[in-house]
Amino acid sequence: MTALLSLTGVTAFYGAIQALRGIDLTVERGEIVTLIGANGAGKSTLMMTICGSPRARDGQIVHDGQDITQWPTHLIMRRRIAQAPEGRRIFNRMTVHENLLMGAEVAGRTDTADGLEQVFTLFPRLKERIGQRGGTLSGGEQQMLAIGRALMSRPTLLLLDEPSLGLAPLVVRQIFGAIRDLNRTTGLTVLLVEQNAYQALRLAHRGYVLVNGSITMAGTGSELLARPEIRAAYLEGGHA
Amino acid sequence: MTALRDAFLSALVALGLFAPLVGLVTTSGEHGLLLELRPIATAVVVGLVFLGRLIVLSRRGRTRTASAPSNRALAEKVSKAGKYVTPLLLVAAVALPFTGSRYYIDLGTLVLTYIMLGWGLNIVVGLAGLLDLGYVAFYAVGAYSFALLATNFGLGFWTCLPLAGILAAFAGVMLGFPVLRLRGDYLAIVTLAFGEIIRVVLINWVSLTNGPNGITGIPRPTLFGLAFSMDGGPGTIADFFNVEPAVIQRIVFLYYVILGLALLTNWVSLRLRRMPLGRAWEALREDEVACRSLGINVRNTKLTAFGIGAMFGGFAGAFFATRQAFISPESFTFIESATVLAIVVLGGLGSQLGVALAAIVMVGGLETLRDFLSFLGDQMNSPLFSGIASELPLYRMLIFGLALVVMMVLRPRGLVSGRTPSVALHKVRDIAPGLVARGRG
Repeated sequence: MTALLSLTGVTAFYGAIQALRGIDLTVERGEIVTLIGANGAGKSTLMMTICGSPRARDGQIVHDGQDITQWPTHLIMRRRIAQAPEGRRIFNRMTVHENLLMGAEVAGRTDTADGLEQVFTLFPRLKERIGQRGGTLSGGEQQMLAIGRALMSRPTLLLLDEPSLGLAPLVVRQIFGAIRDLNRTTGLTVLLVEQNAYQALRLAHRGYVLVNGSITMAGTGSELLARPEIRAAYLEGGHA
Repeated sequence: MTALRDAFLSALVALGLFAPLVGLVTTSGEHGLLLELRPIATAVVVGLVFLGRLIVLSRRGRTRTASAPSNRALAEKVSKAGKYVTPLLLVAAVALPFTGSRYYIDLGTLVLTYIMLGWGLNIVVGLAGLLDLGYVAFYAVGAYSFALLATNFGLGFWTCLPLAGILAAFAGVMLGFPVLRLRGDYLAIVTLAFGEIIRVVLINWVSLTNGPNGITGIPRPTLFGLAFSMDGGPGTIADFFNVEPAVIQRIVFLYYVILGLALLTNWVSLRLRRMPLGRAWEALREDEVACRSLGINVRNTKLTAFGIGAMFGGFAGAFFATRQAFISPESFTFIESATVLAIVVLGGLGSQLGVALAAIVMVGGLETLRDFLSFLGDQMNSPLFSGIASELPLYRMLIFGLALVVMMVLRPRGLVSGRTPSVALHKVRDIAPGLVARGRG
């Protein structure tokens, strides 16, 4: 069986600036894979490139045996790849319910009851806030909404871009707990981009370290956590 | 004391502003123009500003503290009243021709045309959030499509109506393609230019459009093939129903046609809002990147918004052409776009009822104000006001502009700013800005 997602030699540019330099990465089914790195290393770009915006200039992105490198964004998202983008980007003036329905629309899903049920089991807070406008939620609730919205399309691959951004440690733990539960109960494959390296590596089965647009290290979560250079570069100060 | 000083300063500014505007008037004398002074009229205006400022200042202290809850109460009241206002307006609209007054029916037809344009533009601006300053272009495309098809190929109004809509929608998609990547101000500039381009083409393409002279002899609509003609011959309304032919029959018919078209626009946009497409539009207004990350085809969504909005503009244009029986590029200037956009913004972006109310106020209100002012002028017998009394109606735009400014200060989000969620799970709860501000939206 081939990997769910594999990237070979992917490069990406913003105008003349090269953001990704030959990325090789694989995500197997049922895995949580994390991508860590400093600001500007290209983590979010890699995430966006998988989604075709910006499109990869070289290399190949294969999802579920299909080369999607040159596909337009909206078609990629319809392959049951879902993304909770950086900065959450929920629809501020739409209600929680409407936000969630937006997530279901992608796959052309008309039956949304199960999806809503699943999201509300995972994040009971969202159910309390169902008729409230997205913009009035707290940061943590907005993140839950962004993840919930991504889950509404019943994805096989979930891309999470910095879900811990700007959240209190307790809320981060809740969100990461939810991701772990999802992975265990439904076998959902997750690619997680994080600055919070300690939490991310503890959660993930495997991890990649991105520096200046190239992958410099790869290994299982615990392996990477044990590496002294990782500890020095990303865990200094101890998030434990 | 500070209030007095403040009011005095305001009066001083008003004096500087109104001394040339109101206080000086040119009259034609024997040797060219003569300059006439009107100190009394100026004094009245400046006095009004002084008093107005005093009143505003004296009320401010109280309203600041009480404003939050009262705003909320107002929002709740407005949304509650909306339930009754809508059917009331509808009944009034249906009943209007029974007044039998040609003036009111004509005014009603005009207002309904703007309501329809407002609802059409509301799809583009209010729902999809694409600021379009050139909406009149589609109005013009619709009007000219009908006029040219009718005069060149002898097609009737009902045949041409869908064609005019399709052609306008096509123009909308054509505009949509080059502006797909633009947002905000840049989009506004391009749409503004598009509106002008259409108008300039209409003026200069003389062989097709007859240029600035316009197109005459546009046929009137028929009722199931029965014409509204004055001769009362066979195949006319008068003959069929065995009544005397009268102009008012056609006027009333036209009124009901635009009422039907406007209601169709409203119905379609209300239905679309509940469909995935409508939700995608609203999402697009909020965040384009998020839309893309959810697998929404942003290009198609934008183009359908432009296309459908333009289609209704085209319908309204075809109606305009058949009503006037004459069109020329002069009817499709930027001021029309601005009026329609003002109606949408004034009504509250995305609110159907608000747009209708704003059109009534902006188009109907302006006419009523003109009547009222000339009535007021007639009542002023005192020689003190003799100079200004006859000109009072000319001040209506000034008063109207003032009203717009006051309105935007008091209700910056439009007349009806609360938005009922298009989709709600259990119980519909209104989302009013007041509630949102207090974290309870």
